[in-house]
Amino acid sequence: MPRVATSLSRCDRLGTIGARSGLTRNNYKVTPGLYCVGKPAETTPVLVTANYKLTFDALRRELAGLDAWILVVDTRGINVWCAAGKGTFSAEEVAFQVQRAQLDKLVSHRELILPQLSANGVAAREVKRLCGFKARFGPILAADLPEFLRTGQAGEAMRTVTFTLRERAVLVPLELCIVGKPLLIAGLLFFVLSGISPEFFSFSAAGSRGATLLLATLTAIVAGAALTPLLLPWIPFRQFWLKGAILGGIAAVLFTAGTTEAGMVENAALFLWITGCASYLAMNFTGSTPFTSLSGVAKEMRRGLPFQVVSAGLAAIFWLAGPFI
Amino acid sequence: MQDFRYLDNTAILRLTVEKCIGCGNCELVCPHRIFRVRDQKAEILDPNACMECGACSKNCPTNAIYVNPDDGCGCAAYIINSWIAKVRGKMPSGCGC
Repeated sequence: MPRVATSLSRCDRLGTIGARSGLTRNNYKVTPGLYCVGKPAETTPVLVTANYKLTFDALRRELAGLDAWILVVDTRGINVWCAAGKGTFSAEEVAFQVQRAQLDKLVSHRELILPQLSANGVAAREVKRLCGFKARFGPILAADLPEFLRTGQAGEAMRTVTFTLRERAVLVPLELCIVGKPLLIAGLLFFVLSGISPEFFSFSAAGSRGATLLLATLTAIVAGAALTPLLLPWIPFRQFWLKGAILGGIAAVLFTAGTTEAGMVENAALFLWITGCASYLAMNFTGSTPFTSLSGVAKEMRRGLPFQVVSAGLAAIFWLAGPFI
Repeated sequence: MQDFRYLDNTAILRLTVEKCIGCGNCELVCPHRIFRVRDQKAEILDPNACMECGACSKNCPTNAIYVNPDDGCGCAAYIINSWIAKVRGKMPSGCGC
């Protein structure tokens, strides 16, 4: 039985950075099975969690000074809520891990404490039917577990999902890093598009105009993928593509004010490009929030996507036309 | 969560009151606290706060709750992929998140 520490080592913290930035995120796993903290006995509560290491770390660091069994189920390295949504954090999987760990021989009680956010994947009554253990939904956050274990209750605040500035801020590095690869490909395209000139192809124009376009794109990324998530509740409108377009538009005005060598047509291209890109990136952030419904995202995409495609298309035409005017 | 409101009249969430036995599971699991059980029947207090996570319907013992069953994490990339897949007649390939 592996006994785990309730404090994070330097290695764990480095791992957190890797996962949050997206570098190691897709393969940051804990081996499924039974773990413990402290010195658990047969009456000690069993906490169930996902095998994403960031999740596992968030749980164990809140258990300092406590005794507990931790049953890690195989969610393919995905966090609790997403895994439940995707169906990997399920009653079947919980029951399977209970049996595999022979939990009935280790504890005298027949109760599991599951994170509340696994409820969209786990039907509690199914767990009971499949393995005989009663599944009880604990609080949303691991931080509230000590109080829940002490009082046996989770109040309304513990059961309500939040999306604080801090909770949004930790998502930003991933939002930024995820655009890295497409940006490399786009950078090449910028270079080619920017070089097309009346004298067929100008390498100097490709370099200088391509760099301007790349900077404009970075501005759009900051506006759509960083500022929109951070300032989310304070930006007008509910649809994310509009929120992104507003911040993108403001960023574009500031950006084009600084590009003195570009003409009217080119500045129009830059404005449309930054606004459209920021709008798209903001729209993509819907997948990371805890309050946007899939129906709502599909609805706003039917409006946002045409806006973004037309903006980008016009931007390309104006940018190509620039050297010929 | 009152700071965060999404599109009104959009989320698909239906409660068939006749089937409800008042067990309170929906009230317990909803991360947006939109259900309340009164007189052995659940009621939806704030339908526009629903994000279609599906926890209520998953834990409803009598199938009294219907939530938009489409899965996926709700990011634009996934929806674009699923639209493309629909046009090409294939299964969506996911979004990588």
